[in-house]
Amino acid sequence: MTARDIAAAVRSGDRSAVAVLEEHLDRIAARDEELHAFNLVTADAARAEAEAVDAAVAAGADPGPLAGVPIALKDNMCTRGIPTTCSSKILEGWCPPYDATVVRRLRAAGAIAVGKTNLDEFAMGSSTENSANGPTRNPHDTSRVPGGSSGGTAASVAAGFTPLGIGSDTGGSIRQPAAFCGVVGMKPTYGAVSRYGLIAFASSLDQIGPFAQDVADAAALFDVIAGHDPLDSTSIVDFEPVASDALGRGVDGLRIGVVRELSGGEGTVEGLSPDVLARTQEAVVALEAAGATIEDISVPSATLGLSAYYLVAPAEASSNLARYDGVRYGLRVDAPTTGEMNTASRTAGFGPEVKRRIMLGTYALSAGYYDAFYGKALKVRTMMLRDFAAAYEKVDVLITPTAPTTAFPLGERTADPMTMYVNDVCTIPSNLTGHPGISVPFGVGDDGLPVGVQVLAPALDDVLTFQVAAVLEAAGGPR
Amino acid sequence: MTDFSAAAATDATPIEPTLPDGWELVVGLEVHVELDTASKLFCGCANQFGSEPNTNICPICLGLPGSLPVMNERAVELAMTLGRALDCDVRRSVMARKNYFYPDMPKDFQTTQYDQPTNSDGRLVLGDGFVVGVERAHIEEDTGKSTHIGGGGRISDAQYSLVDYNRAGVPLVEIVSRPDMRTIEHAKAYVEELREILIATGVSDARMEEGSMRVDANVSVRPHGSDELRTRCEIKNINSVRSLGRAIEYEARRHIDLWTSGSAPDQETRHWDEEGGRTLPGRKKEDADDYRYFQEPDLVPLDPAPETVAAIDAAMPPLPSARRAALADATGADPASVALLVGRGQDELALAAIAAGADADKVVVRLVNDLAVDDWSKVTATALAELVEMESSGAISATQAKQILADMTERGGDPAILAAARGFEAMDTDELETLLDGLIADNPDEWARFTSGDDADHKKMQGFFTGQIMKATRGQADGKTVARLLAQRST
Repeated sequence: MTARDIAAAVRSGDRSAVAVLEEHLDRIAARDEELHAFNLVTADAARAEAEAVDAAVAAGADPGPLAGVPIALKDNMCTRGIPTTCSSKILEGWCPPYDATVVRRLRAAGAIAVGKTNLDEFAMGSSTENSANGPTRNPHDTSRVPGGSSGGTAASVAAGFTPLGIGSDTGGSIRQPAAFCGVVGMKPTYGAVSRYGLIAFASSLDQIGPFAQDVADAAALFDVIAGHDPLDSTSIVDFEPVASDALGRGVDGLRIGVVRELSGGEGTVEGLSPDVLARTQEAVVALEAAGATIEDISVPSATLGLSAYYLVAPAEASSNLARYDGVRYGLRVDAPTTGEMNTASRTAGFGPEVKRRIMLGTYALSAGYYDAFYGKALKVRTMMLRDFAAAYEKVDVLITPTAPTTAFPLGERTADPMTMYVNDVCTIPSNLTGHPGISVPFGVGDDGLPVGVQVLAPALDDVLTFQVAAVLEAAGGPR
Repeated sequence: MTDFSAAAATDATPIEPTLPDGWELVVGLEVHVELDTASKLFCGCANQFGSEPNTNICPICLGLPGSLPVMNERAVELAMTLGRALDCDVRRSVMARKNYFYPDMPKDFQTTQYDQPTNSDGRLVLGDGFVVGVERAHIEEDTGKSTHIGGGGRISDAQYSLVDYNRAGVPLVEIVSRPDMRTIEHAKAYVEELREILIATGVSDARMEEGSMRVDANVSVRPHGSDELRTRCEIKNINSVRSLGRAIEYEARRHIDLWTSGSAPDQETRHWDEEGGRTLPGRKKEDADDYRYFQEPDLVPLDPAPETVAAIDAAMPPLPSARRAALADATGADPASVALLVGRGQDELALAAIAAGADADKVVVRLVNDLAVDDWSKVTATALAELVEMESSGAISATQAKQILADMTERGGDPAILAAARGFEAMDTDELETLLDGLIADNPDEWARFTSGDDADHKKMQGFFTGQIMKATRGQADGKTVARLLAQRST
């Protein structure tokens, strides 16, 4: 049952939100021990919210467009009075005294938050293996990773635990797990969804976005969470996109570009597997058949994204994560002096990948290295903005694979960070440019696991990504 | 604030401590001021001094995970106002993060400005015309306040520390002067002038004793005639203008001693020890500071439109220098009195009273001597003018005028009515003459000494007769009228 169907049934009184919730809680109870999508299931709080929705319906009120729809929240979204850990030991036991804007918007729309999902610690990773709580498994094959960092949310939606989920995407952390788990995941334009209450990884790249089992549900969720928020200075003013209305518009007459460097053309980055490239090509053919014109497009700096990203993101992270010092909240390991206490707390509280990125970022910002590293990465960012702007002069949207491969086995890439980082090569550019991107399932790989195709659009053209994804979804057939 | 002004007046003829021959002082000042906004720089918490610890706090100023800053527009406006008052260029600016760990800094970085400050390249003209360059005046947030318990109050040896985050996120502007000052008096005058500008523009209440204005001094010395800049030390913990002078002098002499003995000062931060009258070294840092500045990604650049800057200029109140000139022009009073009245903010009252017809000299004297109070809001210019006129005409005595002004300050009201209420009916001159003639008749010897004695005798007897009259009239006679009548009778 889609989120749209659930909301319609609950709003009309045909089904109670409580019954819907219990059905989903049962599924979680049956299988989450195996998958570990959730860090925490907040069943009682969810029951109270569901009862409130039912009471509203009984009283003749409208609980909102997502009435009674269970939703999973990535555990880096602040929830008032409910532990929010970022899957890190350093935040053990901390309960935020406030709700993230996205959480408030969801509640106002009638959605029922059922719990907090697992992630790579502080969203740093592409497999959800870098979690202090242990990894999440891919519902399609539990020997495989669900992708990351929003692997818990992706697994929850793929396993049918929740029809909807919320993730965050700093370098592909929504789109890549969506691809691995065979669901729809979308990263909005930077500033389209408020970051207030999203625990920061890299502030200039982080963006909250929707997960769903189909494009229309993802659009419905996007419509609820997007919009201006005065609490976030980077939130776009006067931008209230409505994606749900655009889904039937098709692609007739749209100009679609295939990014040569990310889709197997000349100068393509290494590591894109042939089955993924084949599905991407089939997607292009499907769009052409639906009336779009196809162009081969070169975005030369797209291949530099990975290097720039691994300077910008760790640099911002090194500063954003400084506050976890043992002084005010979270883990404190006592030591004779304040400085030693800071060090002991951070040493015990952060996992190896987080430490690696703090070190990298600190280095990249240091006097004498700033120009060579962080400064240069900013220049690449500017170059990419220019190159993508040039591409969007010629076409309306761009197509690439979402991830280079299908879901890989647990443990396969944990030993070598570089093989892990390469996962994000197709998704990172839109974080650096702030542009929107969506991953939509399109067939399976040679291993039978889902493949995702990515649709990219210029800033503020979020709705267009849903519009094109809907066509791909229709063409991709049953998954 | 009156203390401060009084200090300015008594220091009107400063004595510059002389440094050993052949040495010249080089001083630059970094002044932090808290902006007089209702709320903090990035959140809605009250910007209020003296609240119970940790009561003006929220997720944003505590830097809780997930919270984001939103710029206080009023703070930016005040910062730009100060910039324009200091003749700075006001340009597009960005906020930056200054990264370092300290327990009273909630995010473990300070949001400040780095290479693109809001205000740059300004100047401050001192009372004597000396020009001090202002390198920049940038916006930043304040930190919390730590109290270290045990171990002499230093964090390194403390048993434990208490942190009050009420101050965390309070808006500051840091005004960085160029190292242009060559005398202690100029350094003190710079701080005093800056303080008056801050108050006149409403940018800050600039109270050093409450920490809303904090002065750090960069001090070095060099041989006279040289234009080199030698190693400087930054002196912190200076709590008054007087301490600033003492600290600079101490530090300059310390440097001269070091250079003269063939040694050299280390570039370091030092703390002024008020009781000991000396500067002490701060904690030695093992590494050079590396704050890893980068642009604050959670805030957007500040890009004031030219019309915004023009509007700030248009709304700029008269600055203290212009106000001093206007008051001096209207009264011809001495510079110290003029500075004192402008410092107290009483120049407007004085000018209005003069405009209402009061004698300028008397207005200045009355205000300088008898209105050293915090609140004179009940004294209107019309009433002041009337009071001064009553005094000038001899209707009331100077002593009575002083008493009536005190009543006006406290309760307000019309001086004639207040005089009547106190029973200060104007003494009739005829009445006084009768009284005097009686006294002369009763005291012929004293009168003879008054009319034909030597100077000393004359003065003494003038005092005698005046005293007798004052006694008889319970102080209500006007001293000048009595003197005039005595003179008339003696010729």
